Amino acid sequence: MTSQLINAILLGGYYAVLATGLAFMYSVMNVINLAHGALIVLSAYGLWLLGGNLGLPLPVAMAIMVVVMFAVGMFLQRVVLSRASGGGELLPILATFGISIILDNLMFQVFGADSLSLAPLVGDLSWASFELPGFIFVGKTSVYILLAAIVVIAGLEWLLRRTALGHRIQAVSQDRATAALLGIDTQRTAAIATGIALATGVIAATAMGLRSAWGPYGGSAQLLFAFEAVVIGGLGSLWRVLAGAMVLAFAQSLAAMIHPQGFLIGGHLAFLAAVFIRLRGGSFDLKSLLGLTRKGATA
Amino acid sequence: MSTPSLTITRSGPTAHVTMTLLAIAAVAIAVIPFVLGVAGSGRAVALLVYILLALMWNALAGFAGLVSIGQTLFFGFAAYTTIRLSDAGLDPFLAILASIGIGAALGWVTSLFMLSLKDGEFAIGMWVLSSLAHLCVNLDPLIQGETGISLIQMNAYALETRSALILWLALAVTIAVIAAMLLLLRSRTGAAITAIRDDELGARSIGVDVLRTKRIVFVLAAAGTAAAGALWLASASNFQPRAFFGVQWTAYMLFMVLVGGLGRIEGAIIGAVLFFAIETWFGAYGAWYLVGLGAIAVLFALLLPKGLWGWIGPRLPGEAIPTGYIIEKSDI
Repeated sequence: MTSQLINAILLGGYYAVLATGLAFMYSVMNVINLAHGALIVLSAYGLWLLGGNLGLPLPVAMAIMVVVMFAVGMFLQRVVLSRASGGGELLPILATFGISIILDNLMFQVFGADSLSLAPLVGDLSWASFELPGFIFVGKTSVYILLAAIVVIAGLEWLLRRTALGHRIQAVSQDRATAALLGIDTQRTAAIATGIALATGVIAATAMGLRSAWGPYGGSAQLLFAFEAVVIGGLGSLWRVLAGAMVLAFAQSLAAMIHPQGFLIGGHLAFLAAVFIRLRGGSFDLKSLLGLTRKGATA
Repeated sequence: MSTPSLTITRSGPTAHVTMTLLAIAAVAIAVIPFVLGVAGSGRAVALLVYILLALMWNALAGFAGLVSIGQTLFFGFAAYTTIRLSDAGLDPFLAILASIGIGAALGWVTSLFMLSLKDGEFAIGMWVLSSLAHLCVNLDPLIQGETGISLIQMNAYALETRSALILWLALAVTIAVIAAMLLLLRSRTGAAITAIRDDELGARSIGVDVLRTKRIVFVLAAAGTAAAGALWLASASNFQPRAFFGVQWTAYMLFMVLVGGLGRIEGAIIGAVLFFAIETWFGAYGAWYLVGLGAIAVLFALLLPKGLWGWIGPRLPGEAIPTGYIIEKSDI
């Protein structure tokens, strides 16, 4: 029981890494990036090429991919998102979904259907574990992933609240026109924010590749996990994403104990419960749920 | 001094021509079983299913401003209920009709909580629901996970009879859906829908009940998408959950509506016909074909967000499918 609890917490750490980039983009740019999962898978392939084919150490490969994905993010914002968000709320959703379809199938064509893993790149670490009292063994990579989640979230929070760039990003996210009036280069700021979101995706890709094998179409599953963590946690602070990721992991682990195929279903049900609770400001009220009161009409 | 007199009509010559063309197309599709046989009927059903999907996704995204990545929820679930009801002894054709009703009911229940989500959250939230339905269907011992099952009850009908009946049912459903959309758009609710399409905040400020209007469109879209799923099952006769809940269907819907023209019935129909042609010629290219579809959809979203009809429509005299009013002013 204790080991299941610990494993759920570590799984939650993984979901938090996955979800941080998505939440960052959603809270600052007001865009849900439907290509988030596909871009993480793309980063994982990049790491695999640099680490596996060119033989670079994983940290070096990660550093290179962070720069690459930052550039991809800036490109994505300048070429696609800035144009799409000029056409209303719908276009960014449609455009990013289209990009995810392109990436998924392109990666299938280039890398084939084989499942890959980054575990060979770290040698012993992939099976090394800490021993806790009571013969409980905890995989070292999972612990490092949880720590990485905390560091990434703390770093982004610090960036947003304490640095000049972070203040610019917040200004652009709150009111683009006013920010532009104050002399902020809104295009550049938005591009940097997207770049940062995609760069954190490299850490998520590392976590994904170390935890398990992935294939070209793995992006949509990662997107759903990340999205569920964000919705369960709620917006406001990135720390809420960590909480949401933990709830998601617990729900999945609990459901897996009840039924062998219940893992994913448990996560989806936790998402639905979160939607229900948020729907009426935290209180269950069947009457307003059925739309019988005016107060509940959409926000 | 002459007083201007106003004549208000709902359709003009363009509409008459379009309606005549649509009627001719309907008759042409109806006689396919006698001319092109079983294979031709199968392709015609595919075309009608694409038109249904495009119309319904367009109604959601174009009219109600609701982008859903998970309409496969209704598509896949209707196929599943058709299998289940047929297995329980219902005639497969009645099972299809019942599944449309179940789809509408599921849509109503879903709308109660999903419509409170905003843009992107609604989009992926629907995907989560579709994924949940997919997982639950996989748990059914009748379906046996991804193994799937055939609609063997259809074998009670001879092959020629069966394929002709499925085609005529698909044609009837498509005509009914187009008629329903026309009636809806020309009604009082239609004015509200058009207002929301053009400016949601503005519509709300002049007293349009946005939530109620969106719910009507959502339930209609659920029923139409369910019809498409049940018909696709009847035509393919094989139910494999992955083939029905797969995200490629959403990519198809997105392509058809974005290329044809968001927010126009004409656009959805053109997009579906175009997609049918592209699929016939390039469908065999597998993943590259999907890369191409995605790329074209993104290019249209960025460069021509109103689609082909956004370019053709304004160049025609009057609306092709009449949903608005034509006001002519003449001096006496």
